[in-house]
Amino acid sequence: MTKKDYKYPLEESDLWYEKFASEQPKHPQESPPADPQKTFKIIGQYTKRIDGEKIVTGKAPYTQDIKLRGMLTGKILRSPHAKAEIVSVDLSAAENLPGVYGAIRMNQGNIQYAGQLVAAVAAKDEKTAEKAMGLIQVEYKPLPFVVNEDKASEEGAPQVHDKRPNVEERRGYSRGNVEDGFQKADFVIERTYKTAIEIHHPTETHSSIAMWRGNRLTIWDSTQAIHAVRDGLARVLQIPATRITVIKKYMGGGFGSKLSLNEQTVAAALLAQKTGRPVKILLSRKENSLCVGNRPSTFQTYKGGVKKDGTITALRLLSHTSGGIRGGDRTSEPMIDVYKCENAHVEDYNIYMNTGPAKATRAPGLVQGTLGFEGFMDELANEIGMDPLTFRKLNYTTKNRGGTGIPYSSKGLDKAYEMGAKEIGWHKRNRVPGAGTGRIRRGIGMAGGIWWGAGVPGTLSDIKIHPDGSVEAICGTQDIGCGTRTYMATITAETLGLSPKDITVKLGNSDYPWAPISGGSLTTPSVAPATRDAALKAAEYLKELAASKLKVPASQVDCADKKFFASGNPENAVPFQDVCSGLSHETVFHGERKGLPDGYAYNTFGAHFAEVEVDTLTGKIRVIKMVAVQDSGRIINKQTAESQVIGGVTQGLSTALFEQRIMDNETGRMVNPNLRDYKIATSMDIPKIVPLFVDLIDPRINILGTKGLGEPPRIPSSAVIANAVYNAIGVHIREIPMTPDKVLQAIKDKEVAR
Amino acid sequence: MKKGKAFTRRDFLKGFGSGTLGAALAPKLLAQNAGSVQTKEGEVPVYSSKKISFTLNGKKLTLVVEPQETLLDVIREKLNLTGAKKICDRGECGGCTVLLDGKPVYACMYLAIRAEGATIQTVEGLADEDKLQPLQQAFIDYDAYQCGFCTSGFLMTSSAFLKKNARPSHEEIKKALSGNICRCGNYTKIYQAIAEAAKMGRP
Repeated sequence: MTKKDYKYPLEESDLWYEKFASEQPKHPQESPPADPQKTFKIIGQYTKRIDGEKIVTGKAPYTQDIKLRGMLTGKILRSPHAKAEIVSVDLSAAENLPGVYGAIRMNQGNIQYAGQLVAAVAAKDEKTAEKAMGLIQVEYKPLPFVVNEDKASEEGAPQVHDKRPNVEERRGYSRGNVEDGFQKADFVIERTYKTAIEIHHPTETHSSIAMWRGNRLTIWDSTQAIHAVRDGLARVLQIPATRITVIKKYMGGGFGSKLSLNEQTVAAALLAQKTGRPVKILLSRKENSLCVGNRPSTFQTYKGGVKKDGTITALRLLSHTSGGIRGGDRTSEPMIDVYKCENAHVEDYNIYMNTGPAKATRAPGLVQGTLGFEGFMDELANEIGMDPLTFRKLNYTTKNRGGTGIPYSSKGLDKAYEMGAKEIGWHKRNRVPGAGTGRIRRGIGMAGGIWWGAGVPGTLSDIKIHPDGSVEAICGTQDIGCGTRTYMATITAETLGLSPKDITVKLGNSDYPWAPISGGSLTTPSVAPATRDAALKAAEYLKELAASKLKVPASQVDCADKKFFASGNPENAVPFQDVCSGLSHETVFHGERKGLPDGYAYNTFGAHFAEVEVDTLTGKIRVIKMVAVQDSGRIINKQTAESQVIGGVTQGLSTALFEQRIMDNETGRMVNPNLRDYKIATSMDIPKIVPLFVDLIDPRINILGTKGLGEPPRIPSSAVIANAVYNAIGVHIREIPMTPDKVLQAIKDKEVAR
Repeated sequence: MKKGKAFTRRDFLKGFGSGTLGAALAPKLLAQNAGSVQTKEGEVPVYSSKKISFTLNGKKLTLVVEPQETLLDVIREKLNLTGAKKICDRGECGGCTVLLDGKPVYACMYLAIRAEGATIQTVEGLADEDKLQPLQQAFIDYDAYQCGFCTSGFLMTSSAFLKKNARPSHEEIKKALSGNICRCGNYTKIYQAIAEAAKMGRP
């Protein structure tokens, strides 16, 4: 292997989710579902996970559980400084330690944040690797740094990037004329909302195993993106992608932090190459806090004009965001898109600081933007004395870009409003925010949400039928806990008249047919239609074979209960297996998720409702009930979809009330890089959660009419709590996490203002 | 995995299901060379390693452990039972929970040498031969996990809890799980699964 300068952090394509949403490659147009209202036997029902038994017996192999013969333990040495020049790195003492098989310098550049990698070692065991790390001599020349957004924005602050200002303007958005719009308004208000930096903290820390055999590299990776890891490694190592196989069997959560090639995978590959042995690297919880991404902080100032009748005349957003040394998130989507408004203007700025690089975090930008804009919608409604739900319905639009763009292919948000309002008991809310009395104040709030989630044209999936009647569904996707394995089996079984347990699902291997990253709510609307396409082809072929046995035309053959039978005459039947025995060899059917018809916007929607209690003495917020109504088209498996929604709601609650990365301005280090000091909602914080689905089947998005569900339930779930608290105490906290100190301060400020 | 021969290399490979992973490290741990470092008078004795015996999932075994090794590392790395997960490695998340003499402990915070004479159960020891416990079945039936990485910890905590409290209220279940983190956020379904398992367990 050639010696090269590896630049860290690794480059990451900016805003991949926007790319997937807006720059879809041209593909043959998808034929709409033959019968959009078709009801299925298994699809849309509750199907238990086909891999459940492996999970509950502890036998599912996650990356940290895999052992290979002769495998070494790798460890990464990281900088304690937030900004420094690396003067020298001396690996010799570490290399000479008995039990150490190799050490490599990983960084030829300078240090930009505390926790950035410097070197890596591989040793016979963890203890030896730890000891070797202590023997690596690194001379740093510490440089001035900044780890706080406000300080980074000040005149004369230490510059984070050589060729970029700390506060850097990025692409904005404009339509109509906002100044004219403000003139026409009866009321104009301006409000600022803030969100803290959040850490993904998947339970499974990032881990990789690398093994070389000759010039072929096999990687077992804890990843949401086997193909992206393969392609990224090929670029970094400068070897053809065809020499790399990436395998992911089971993965313990990612939430965006495992969406692309991570540094520990590169380190494992390089150490394995150097030592000639397999190398496993398992990051610590601390490393997971510092180095594998985070949700950027945001500072959103909205100005909005509204008429007494509820017409929104103009909306303006000034957004600042910080993703540390990397760009931040775009918060403007909710304001630009969801409600009717002709005039909108967005100015957007990145703030750079010497902290770990951001990475997409479940619904990047939208969680923060929805917290801000849905909060602002409530404050606008309050300004004209209108019910916030009525205000939203009044400004409902079936076209994107605030009613000025193209029609949504389907939008079930209106239905979601109705279902959610009924379930929460919307009439019980305070007509005037903060109208309650006494120490404990109750409130009810709601928030809407939008996301993309159309899936990626070009996704491939295979169905393989064996002459003995066994069936495989094969796709180079990954099941990250969302139930992909199970719905591939469900769709195949439904189409071939089998049961999900009859299907052997193969996924999580980059040698299988291509599928996109499992992020951006892309997986189901990509993999499900591709699998259905392949299964339909297989069914058609097998029906031809069955037709001759049944002595009816193939068009009059149906399948169910592991049999092919003549339509309308179930007596005339032949077992599935007998038909397959007519195959001379295993037969593969290729399926593809085809293109999206032009002229429509493909989005998912949701409306969340929450009831909370605020203790005005302690400032503590207790969430009592949350209702999440999602429009994600056809739901393939209610069993796992409900979990997905419940999880999104729980995480949103956690973000709203607890989660924040805390940096120390003096040392430039994170002070809560663990699960004790970084607060996450746990059992005692969990309210009653009701997941509901609109079940509006999209008529043209793909042959199943299904949309993504990963992000959508995460989007309004923080905002809805802030709005419910507003309804309870009559003052919007406007900053998450809504810790008791902020609640008490807000109540005090309100009293002073009176 | 069958009880009584849980630690053979063959069974370990079988535990991976497909068996395509090549080879496992043969556990060379049932070794005899236990010994403490000789100390002079007045010095604190320092053990380089110690021979201990305990019962794990119904099987008695003796092995040599180093004094700094946690029960989690010994179970995962030396005994190749990987159901208990290393998540925080400092007693904050419950993902490594095992039962020690029937009580849930964080295996990452428990030194292996303290396990002398103990009876330990891991998630691999929950099922009876191939028959899942009602609790395990309920976790599948109610989809009480997403990524499944915290699941063995939740199973062990709730298994001990249900033995203590066969008819728990909703609030009692919530409280019993307060030492375990599910980052996917599926608590709601975990409560349902435990409540259902409690019902099934009733006479």
